[in-house]
Amino acid sequence: MPGKPGGPVAPDTTVPVTGWGRTAPTAARLIRPRTYQEAADAVRNCGARGGIARGLGRAYGDAAQNAGGAVLDMTALDRIHAIDADGGTVLCDAGVSLHRLMEVLLPLGWFVPVTPGTRQVTVGGAIGADIHGKNHHVSGSFSRHVLSFELLTADGHVRTVSRGTPLFDATVGGMGLTGVILTATVRLLPVETSYMSVDTERAADLDDLLTRLTETDHRYRYSVAWIDLLARGPATGRAVLTRGDHAPLEALGPRTRAGRAPLAFRPRSLPPAPDLVPGGLLGRTTVGLFNELWYRKAPRASTGRLQRVSAFFHPLDGVPHWNRVYGRAGFVQYQFAVGHGQEDTLRRIVARISERRCPSFLAVLKRFGDADPGWLSFPVPGWTLALDIPAALPGLAALLDELDEEVAAAGGRVYLAKDSRLRPELLTAMYPRLAEFRALRAELDPHGVFVSDLSRRLGL
Amino acid sequence: MKDAFGMPQSLLVLGGTSEIALATARRLIARRTRTVWLAGRPSPALEQAAAHLRTLGPDVHTLPFDALDPESHEAVLGKVFAEGDVDVVLLAFGVLGDQATDEREPVNAVRVAQTNYTGAVSAGLVSARALQAQGHGSLVVLSSVAGERARRSNFIYGSSKAGLDAFAQGLGDALHGTGVHVMVVRPGFVRSRMTEGLEEAPLATTPEAVATAIETGLRRRSEMVWVPGALRVVMSALRHAPRSVFRRLPI
Ligand SMILES: Cc1cc2nc3c(=O)[nH]c(=O)nc-3n(C[C@H](O)[C@H](O)[C@H](O)COP(=O)(O)OP(=O)(O)OC[C@H]3O[C@@H](n4cnc5c(N)ncnc54)[C@H](O)[C@@H]3O)c2cc1C
Ligand SMILES: NC(=O)c1ccc[n+]([C@@H]2O[C@H](COP(=O)([O-])OP(=O)(O)OC[C@H]3O[C@@H](n4cnc5c(N)ncnc54)[C@H](OP(=O)(O)O)[C@@H]3O)[C@@H](O)[C@H]2O)c1
Repeated sequence: MPGKPGGPVAPDTTVPVTGWGRTAPTAARLIRPRTYQEAADAVRNCGARGGIARGLGRAYGDAAQNAGGAVLDMTALDRIHAIDADGGTVLCDAGVSLHRLMEVLLPLGWFVPVTPGTRQVTVGGAIGADIHGKNHHVSGSFSRHVLSFELLTADGHVRTVSRGTPLFDATVGGMGLTGVILTATVRLLPVETSYMSVDTERAADLDDLLTRLTETDHRYRYSVAWIDLLARGPATGRAVLTRGDHAPLEALGPRTRAGRAPLAFRPRSLPPAPDLVPGGLLGRTTVGLFNELWYRKAPRASTGRLQRVSAFFHPLDGVPHWNRVYGRAGFVQYQFAVGHGQEDTLRRIVARISERRCPSFLAVLKRFGDADPGWLSFPVPGWTLALDIPAALPGLAALLDELDEEVAAAGGRVYLAKDSRLRPELLTAMYPRLAEFRALRAELDPHGVFVSDLSRRLGL
Repeated sequence: MKDAFGMPQSLLVLGGTSEIALATARRLIARRTRTVWLAGRPSPALEQAAAHLRTLGPDVHTLPFDALDPESHEAVLGKVFAEGDVDVVLLAFGVLGDQATDEREPVNAVRVAQTNYTGAVSAGLVSARALQAQGHGSLVVLSSVAGERARRSNFIYGSSKAGLDAFAQGLGDALHGTGVHVMVVRPGFVRSRMTEGLEEAPLATTPEAVATAIETGLRRRSEMVWVPGALRVVMSALRHAPRSVFRRLPI
């Protein structure tokens, strides 16, 4: 089921399901509960091959798929129940998207505490993957801002789960495998405007980039670097850094369009990407050219530029279904993290990807701050790199396996929300708390009601 | 589960001593395969094949399977699927027969047809149903270029492969959208036990080359794979050759 699961699907239809990368389709009974009771019934009756919750399907791999079993599309449970406009919290269904939250909250002067590179994710997906944003070095991952949630567990009961409990820490980042999140209470960030004040600078190579990030990241709430992985030689790892914060009211100027409606939320959208693109379109030359133009186009240094929230955080959301440009074979996103002090590993990996000339559009490098307690939560203090690569690229599988070895040897990990191909043997090294996670699952869900293709593939 | 590159974690081979199948198994073990089932007629060769694969790391099981006994297929294959998901079923059994003898001994000819065609219809349907129930998996069927257009020199084998090929394509269409993928593989002349002592045909290839093509086909989720790839063009020319010409070609 590439694209939106929200269509008018009859109850209990068996349909092929994939993640955002459109690899490895498997068939599942798609159930779209409209009430908590329907969700509980679906969990009780999901059958021998179990069930898994699904949000907007933005996980790249097979996390929200369940071959031969049930997939609970949670997007019909999309009510915002209560907004505390003074204290800055929201209580909403897990199927509410971050897009919807922004639409509702921005005019009230509040913003989501953490947003990924797309607004099209649900609160349930944000908790299930314990997502991080450009503000991780300051604000941590999504779970840091979750006060509590209601979890539908394997026995069909609903539990209220609060911070600081084992079930909380197993569920955040737990990829839907502890149960179905029904509602959540999330703390918000106050903002004066819906604009960002953005500083941009170019880094000539990877070392230059790491230095800049290390020395000045603390001055910004949001920070990310886009690396050109097709650049080689002395330019290896050249990048454009964009960093910023929510613009204060006085930055807009009273007589501008922005100043007259400082909290307006107006994302722009282009027509969807076509479904079938000739395979050659994303060759090295095209991608190389794109990366080159994009690097040249970036100002050497600019400060205080105003950008809309959508342009700053979610540039790709302007092109619906952009994932289709990779054609039938789909694509994989490789994202790993290694700790501080493991810069050599990072350098080696960047050099190897550049040498292999993977036709990868811009890769994203970010400095992570302190980790949060989720047992399978991905971020560790250090560095994370994420890149998209067409799955049809010959030799890619072996290359990524080699990179995994480097990452694991450095005590790092790959991100489960993006994964579609990790060798299961490496998982325990990457996630040292996996044993606790398995033990909790064995107790909470002894019959294995919650299963996904990801959990089958990796033996989670 | 298969990964994003179509690489299976578990593999069931029907025709467990087939050289092409074993070359494929070795290749898949080098990637992600950790469980292998070799189904075949019980023999020391079958156990040896399993022992060899075990040295490469995976859990390898053997089980008795006879293509000529379709009544048993449901029970035999059912046991494998009851143990866990099977990501790829490789339907590799087949016999070449001996055209000259088989023309004189219709009972022999029927055995070729029953092994290659009806045996595969049965095992294919049983596997397909199990794959469909688990909601994922690939059925890889070793057909042959010999089925593309039956030749004077081996039309008994050729016709059985033609039937198998048509069956597998139809099955693939029937399973479209069910999460199950059917891939028809059409090798040309492969240097294996089956062709030992025969005169090589042009574009002859090896079990390893077929294995590589299968790996690539799984990654691309191909529905039809020719080995070597050039055969697709050659065969499309041959298919359209007039009957009078085709009959006299030295192939
Ligand atoms: C363009 C793009 C950019 C991205 N950028 C980032 C980024 O910067 N940082 C980042 O961290 N991630 C990023 N992601 C990944 C994305 O944020 C996560 O995969 C997120 O989990 C997707 O949410 P979803 O609602 O689509 O969930 P799905 O993809 O449908 O599901 C993801 C996981 O959450 C579980 N889940 C969903 N809903 C529930 C529920 N109600 N109860 C229990 N479990 C549930 C599922 O079982 C599954 O394991 C990006 C993805 C895209 C496509
Ligand atoms: N070699 C080629 O040139 C070529 C070309 C195109 C297609 N193919 C096809 O590719 C497949 C594999 O061939 P191969 O080259 O690997 O030859 P192979 O080594 O001779 O393998 C044939 C397999 O079929 C098995 N088999 C025969 N009759 C059986 C039965 N009644 N029940 C169960 N298993 C039976 C054999 O098992 P036993 O050990 O019990 O005999 C053997 O495992 C065959 O379908 C063949 O037609 C081969």
